[in-house]
Amino acid sequence: MGKVIIDGAIVENQWQRLEADALEDGLPQGKVIVPLAYWQENRDSLLERGDVAVWLAPGEEPSDLEDDLSALPLVAIHFPAFKDGRGYSYARELRSRYDFKGEVRATGDVLRDQLFYMNRCGFNAFEVREDRDIEDALKGLQDFSVTYQGDVNEPRPLYRRA
Amino acid sequence: MYVYQEHDQRLLEERVAQYRDQTRRYLAGELSEDEFLALRLQNGLYIQRYAPMLRISVPYGLLSSRQLRRLAHITRTYDKGFCHVSTRQNIQLNWPSVEEVPDILAELADVQMHAIQTSGNCIRNVTADEFAGVNPREIEDPRPWCEIIRQWATFNPEFAYLPRKFKIAVNAVPDADPAIIGVHDIGVQLVHNDAGETGFQVWAGGGLGRTPMTGAIIGEFVPWPDLLAYLEAILRVYNKYGNRDNKYKARIKILVKALGADKYRELVEKEFTELKDGPMTLTREEVERVQGCFTGMDYQQVDTTELEAKLKEDKAFNRWYHTNTRGHKQPGYRAVTVTLKKTGRIPGDISDEQLEAVADLADKYSFGEVRNSHQQNMVLADVAASDLYELWKALDALGFATPNLGLLTDMICCPGGDLCALANAKSVPIAEAIQRRFSDMDYLHDLGPIDLNISGCMNACGHHHIGHIGILGVDKKGKEFYQITLGGRGDKVSKVGEKMGPSFESDEITDVIEKIIGLYVEKRLENEPFIDTYERIGMEPFKERIYG
Repeated sequence: MGKVIIDGAIVENQWQRLEADALEDGLPQGKVIVPLAYWQENRDSLLERGDVAVWLAPGEEPSDLEDDLSALPLVAIHFPAFKDGRGYSYARELRSRYDFKGEVRATGDVLRDQLFYMNRCGFNAFEVREDRDIEDALKGLQDFSVTYQGDVNEPRPLYRRA
Repeated sequence: MYVYQEHDQRLLEERVAQYRDQTRRYLAGELSEDEFLALRLQNGLYIQRYAPMLRISVPYGLLSSRQLRRLAHITRTYDKGFCHVSTRQNIQLNWPSVEEVPDILAELADVQMHAIQTSGNCIRNVTADEFAGVNPREIEDPRPWCEIIRQWATFNPEFAYLPRKFKIAVNAVPDADPAIIGVHDIGVQLVHNDAGETGFQVWAGGGLGRTPMTGAIIGEFVPWPDLLAYLEAILRVYNKYGNRDNKYKARIKILVKALGADKYRELVEKEFTELKDGPMTLTREEVERVQGCFTGMDYQQVDTTELEAKLKEDKAFNRWYHTNTRGHKQPGYRAVTVTLKKTGRIPGDISDEQLEAVADLADKYSFGEVRNSHQQNMVLADVAASDLYELWKALDALGFATPNLGLLTDMICCPGGDLCALANAKSVPIAEAIQRRFSDMDYLHDLGPIDLNISGCMNACGHHHIGHIGILGVDKKGKEFYQITLGGRGDKVSKVGEKMGPSFESDEITDVIEKIIGLYVEKRLENEPFIDTYERIGMEPFKERIYG
């Protein structure tokens, strides 16, 4: 399943993200990330299994998972195209509004030059696009040492930091 | 003006390094065209008809003489020796090379300048009245608030990939709209409540472009400590629900219109409730720190005796004084507009040597500061009345004293089809033809204030919708045509003009403008400006005159 960046380190990816059509023959073994619709249909059995996470497509908001967040180890936010920035607000909501403590993972068109922003919005895990060098992408987390605004990791804006 | 601290400077230097590496990876084939497109746009770099265009950010239009000299050096070294003042108070270079942009950014960073977020689907330069801080009618200086918004918007991680571009303007004049906030994605109106406390009336959903409209009031009174939280709430709603399928329906105005202002407000209030009184709340120390950057001009007592004598004896000076200078908060001082609209010059263009000359004049007469106006002129905002005659002579020698500010030939005009890849038609030759037709300065003064704005395409960089007379270039089967709108306003209020009728060929335009003006002259009441006549008599008589 390749590598993933989690909390600033490159590690083996334990989770498999599945599209709806891959689930037609049932759920495979192992840790899986399923679409929101599949989760909503099979919620009770999936909760029981414990190693199932959910991914949100653009247009599917964290509020759709509000009641389940305490039971979920991971929520993935999928970027079909890196230019669709809705996921940044979703990640921020997961962390700030719902106080979600699990892993928030970016999947899809995830590239080095967006990682710094994503991290500030609450993503702590990044499945870098397969054709890109994950070692190179990791550098994206270090683009800046200065930030004006508060963010998920440092809620205080610059003018409130000591 | 805002003076960078160590962290502001470090951020710019890190940005230069980041962009240099992005350019390197693009040139090495590690970034696709599409990936680099988004990155270079967030840095103001367009690929144009003949060459790239680099838009340099000038926050709320304010420049120091040192920055002007650096711009002169950049245009000389990396471009063809001139640059262009844009309708969002920025500076544009028309001939840089993609490879050299990182070096240009390093040169800019050295004087506290950059090109961050001057394009792309992110929060753009925050703009304001070019007379901000000296305008006797404003209730307070809007620039500190612009700067506070600028810092919040700079590399804001959540709003770098919005559905579409996002423009914010701030106005502090109660009964006019010099920053045209009514046609911005967010317009911020400074207000004082009954207790004298500062707050903001916040508008959202205005904009020009393909579907022009004025915004709606979303926040009636946002107390100053909540400004950023409120803006963030508006942006978050837009980021989540703005249309991303069709770029022509992606601006916030479409969303506000579709939901209705009440529904939009409700969504904003929900977000705002969570942010209010949180860490984003502005502190008095921070506001005072930023405000402190905009005060402290060393104004002197000014003797105006000589000025009054000169005004009596020199007619040309008198005309310039009454047209191109205006009143100031500080007694004895005037704000002087350096008009970049001499016939034969591309509106808003300025050469390297002229930039240096303006820098010298700023140092000598205006505390070393200059402003860009959205009408594509420059302003020396703090000139002692006793220096005006000398300054006028100097400006006149440079061709910057054409006494046409606010008159028909002081047009707003985008670069158009001569340079811009988006344009459907040329705009600069149209502007020049009109300027040549209306070359009699006495007649122009008799006509009084008329805003004529020209855009080469629907994107409306030339603000044609808010011109009293607007000209829009359109393409019909490969041929350039021009559509006229009347009754737009970007003065007391912001208002979108009305289309007059079928479009015209380029060689018909000056005649059409002359007929419009002719009708106005026939119909006007004594001392009635063009726009008032139009509003009194309406579109029909103009239609009849032109098409009848």
